[in-house]
Amino acid sequence: MSAGWAVVHERFRFILLGAYPRDQQWRPALAIVLFVALYVLSARRACWRPWLPAAWLAILTGAIVLMRGGPLGLARVPTESWGGLPLTLLLATVGFAAAFPPGVALALGRRSALPAIRALSIAYIEVMRGVPLVTFLFMASLMFPLFVPAGFTIDKLLRAQAALALVQAAYLAEVVRAGLEAVPAGQREAAASLGLRFGPATVLVVLPQALRISIPALVNTFIGFFKDTTLVTVIGLFDLLGTARAVIVDPRWFGAAVPVYLLVAAVYFTFCFAVSRYSQHIERSLMAHGHQ
Amino acid sequence: MSPRGRAIVWQAAALGAAGALVGLAALEAASNLKARGIASGFAYLGRAAGFEIAPGPLPYSARDTYARALAVGLVNTLRVSLAGIVLATVMGVMLGLARLSKVRALSLPAAGYLEVVRNTPLLLQLLVWYSLWQGLPGPRAALHPLPGVLLCNRGLFLPSLSERPALSGFDIRGGLSLSPEFGALLLCLATYTAAFLGEIVRGGVLSVGRGQTEAAAALGLSRARTLRLVVLPQALRVMVPPATSQFLNLAKNASLGVAIGYPELIAVTGSTLNQTGQAIEAIALATLVYLAVSLSFSLAVHLWRRGRW
Repeated sequence: MSAGWAVVHERFRFILLGAYPRDQQWRPALAIVLFVALYVLSARRACWRPWLPAAWLAILTGAIVLMRGGPLGLARVPTESWGGLPLTLLLATVGFAAAFPPGVALALGRRSALPAIRALSIAYIEVMRGVPLVTFLFMASLMFPLFVPAGFTIDKLLRAQAALALVQAAYLAEVVRAGLEAVPAGQREAAASLGLRFGPATVLVVLPQALRISIPALVNTFIGFFKDTTLVTVIGLFDLLGTARAVIVDPRWFGAAVPVYLLVAAVYFTFCFAVSRYSQHIERSLMAHGHQ
Repeated sequence: MSPRGRAIVWQAAALGAAGALVGLAALEAASNLKARGIASGFAYLGRAAGFEIAPGPLPYSARDTYARALAVGLVNTLRVSLAGIVLATVMGVMLGLARLSKVRALSLPAAGYLEVVRNTPLLLQLLVWYSLWQGLPGPRAALHPLPGVLLCNRGLFLPSLSERPALSGFDIRGGLSLSPEFGALLLCLATYTAAFLGEIVRGGVLSVGRGQTEAAAALGLSRARTLRLVVLPQALRVMVPPATSQFLNLAKNASLGVAIGYPELIAVTGSTLNQTGQAIEAIALATLVYLAVSLSFSLAVHLWRRGRW
């Protein structure tokens, strides 16, 4: 066991930040701060304003530029060197944000009166949810090159990110659909009687109420998604679990697996537990305030 | 434009876009496969697989076909899923009742367990179970948790009807053996799903109004008969739909076995497409098999709920 805590001490930086160049490690560390700031901002009800999506876009772009380098004289760091907690936060947050618009579209599509749109949405949602996520990650890492013109390559991290987001969109669609179903039909009828067409009625009247109802379920979905990003370890990316695995396969640290895993588990637990408590809190406060 | 016209235009656009995307990808895939000299189609299923798979219930050797290798993978997925469902249900009922208990010594640990299991990644739990199993003593120092049962880093050995497992040379022979990969995956799936099933059981029992229990008591029913005849039938109706989706999740999560080398469907699919390069066919087959399993399971539950059985 003591070897285990020695490895945690010696390889702590690698487990947390991956193979990012040592003299540049302030950048992934600052990225972690940016992500946490984004979560804190989004958790405050005072910040649930139309500018919140813009803040997400700005902060996520900032974090990616910070990690990747290029502008502002930052040295370029290839995505192969990204790893640890910043990569986990990036995969989860960018994936969730990217999955949100198609998720809402799929939810609306599934409830559409147009049979072709409904059928396409149902097919997409059920296939994505019926098959294990690992399958899609394999597809992204092994099959994708077959479907695009030769010589056209996309970064492996980006492919995994896209696969995660495409699957997550289907899960989000089901959450948003439950929210849409909870909005009384009278709301849409009232909007129609005021002369609003389908598009404006959806965006201005139905969706805001549906999303508000869905918030606790959306937060829980985010927890599940955050945990599921660990599956990128299987296709050889070094997220927080991947760096831990890379450390313990070193024969020098034979038998150190459990302490290293406990450290990583503590990070995941802290994050998920805090977010799930927040979800319960917000559910109670939304119920107490009613649907304004 | 009339609403009817708009509807037609929107649907045509959606179908056209989906069709164009699939069509372009298919054309590109066809030309790429040709350039790499990979034959498309399912002829590879009849060829010899050439890779070994850890022994399981279905006899298999490297000389067998890819089709057989996939069947072995499917059997392994079903085997661990069914065993996991049984174990998870038993543990889930116990957890749910423990959470409902008025005895703090039962309800508090159950609540703590729930938080730990739900707030850490499943893959991490699987790796922990697997490394714990690998840390067990070797066959010569095997543990005897029960008479006739041997537990060591090579697996779990149970007595069969005809013989008991025993040490022979450096290994344990005889009886029924479960590999560490199977054992770790089974424990991981069962303990994880049990946490969710426990909440479903708790919710189901709580959903039955107190008036029901009181009415049964007023009619003179004993507590056991009240539970069996009044509470459980009503609780089950609430519990079955969410429990079904948990069982399906368990079967999907069995695919994590690929991370520790358990030869389930996705692992065999991975080996197959590494060797043949026929990624599209291999992954399409795995997808279809999973969809078939989950759809037939949903259908079975649906029919059962409508009382046609």
